Amino acid sequence: MKNHVFRPLLVVIGLIAIVLIFRIFYVPKSFGVHERGYMYGWYREANIDDWKKVTVKYQGKEYCSGCHSDKVEMIDKTPHAIIQCENCHGPAIEHPSNPPKLDKDRSREQCLRCHAKLPYPSSGRAKIRGIDPDKHNAGIECVMCHNPHKPGLEGMK
Amino acid sequence: MNRRDFLKNTVKGIAGLSIPVAAIQFINPRELLAKKDDGAKVRWAFLVDTYKCVGCGLCVKACKNENEIPYDANVSRTWVERYVITKDGQRFADAPKAARDGFTTSKIDLGQGKFQDIKNEDIEKAFFVPKLCNQCENPPCVQVCPVGATYQAPDGVVLVDRTWCIGCGYCIMGCPYGVRFFHPKHHTAEKCNFCYHRISKGLKTACVQACPFGARQIGNIKDPNDPITKIIMTERVGILKEEYGTKPQVFYIGLDREVK
Repeated sequence: MKNHVFRPLLVVIGLIAIVLIFRIFYVPKSFGVHERGYMYGWYREANIDDWKKVTVKYQGKEYCSGCHSDKVEMIDKTPHAIIQCENCHGPAIEHPSNPPKLDKDRSREQCLRCHAKLPYPSSGRAKIRGIDPDKHNAGIECVMCHNPHKPGLEGMK
Repeated sequence: MNRRDFLKNTVKGIAGLSIPVAAIQFINPRELLAKKDDGAKVRWAFLVDTYKCVGCGLCVKACKNENEIPYDANVSRTWVERYVITKDGQRFADAPKAARDGFTTSKIDLGQGKFQDIKNEDIEKAFFVPKLCNQCENPPCVQVCPVGATYQAPDGVVLVDRTWCIGCGYCIMGCPYGVRFFHPKHHTAEKCNFCYHRISKGLKTACVQACPFGARQIGNIKDPNDPITKIIMTERVGILKEEYGTKPQVFYIGLDREVK
């Protein structure tokens, strides 16, 4: 065969070889086709473990009651027992070591999430006791008068 | 062997072969259902009860904190939609800031800074619908990914490989439910993954834990004794956009035809 055909062919074969060799080192071992085939299961398997390693931030009421059992017992006697501590107190993460102090949400907006009256039948909202935020002591934090751990009127400050 | 014996044995053999294996085995239909399709033991499924949702948005708040989605960026892995249908047949729907701060006013956010107040007496029906990734059995977002950066894990959850994603955005366009977005910090495709780091440790997802009303629940649909599976199998549940053939694994109680 003539040289002017053969030489470019060698160059092309060489380039393909370089790409294939580079691929061996670059593509991780766990990358490939898995259970669900090429269409849904073509991925790097090690990534599943990466996702499992993400830090858990919300620990749940049980975790809080380990130290603050008095507070948990108190709120458990009220309709607010269904609310997780961390919904207002913020994610515990590794509290008390990290962070030593949680960032509490005492805002009026936090209470209004449920207690701003919305007349929506067929959603649970209509069954919650609510106020009109524009008329009921507008601008004042709810916690000035109400105790979220003792939400009944007898718990008023 | 003579001709008589040969015919006898042939008849016996054919009769024996024609008895299906099923006839001599006791089969539990529930187990069969669980084994259908593949041998996987876990298949995460989600159940939303729209009657219980009050639109407080505590699920969105918890989700954003748990999954490190910048709190003030207008993107979220999960959100809550409000639907208000008036007596003259108009449909209003909004989810301001993905309902991160809940719904505290009756004014509907029409976008571009416009709001519409609807009088109580004009409301025909109104309700809240939490939304999240459907973890489809046939995920279109995975099909369109050109680099294999998004995939379905063996337990059915669709994950995104942040180190592999090139940010082309095909999956964001491909999702019929609009659950995908670019992560403002990582600049890669982002989506709800049922809090994979939590469910794989036996915890509930952050949104399920944060919901005070039990409107959100998660379970293993391959386990016939799972309370969520029982509800999905025995009660009237709906799924979103069934006509797309994506086989979503988020089931809704009280799904309305107005919900898109």
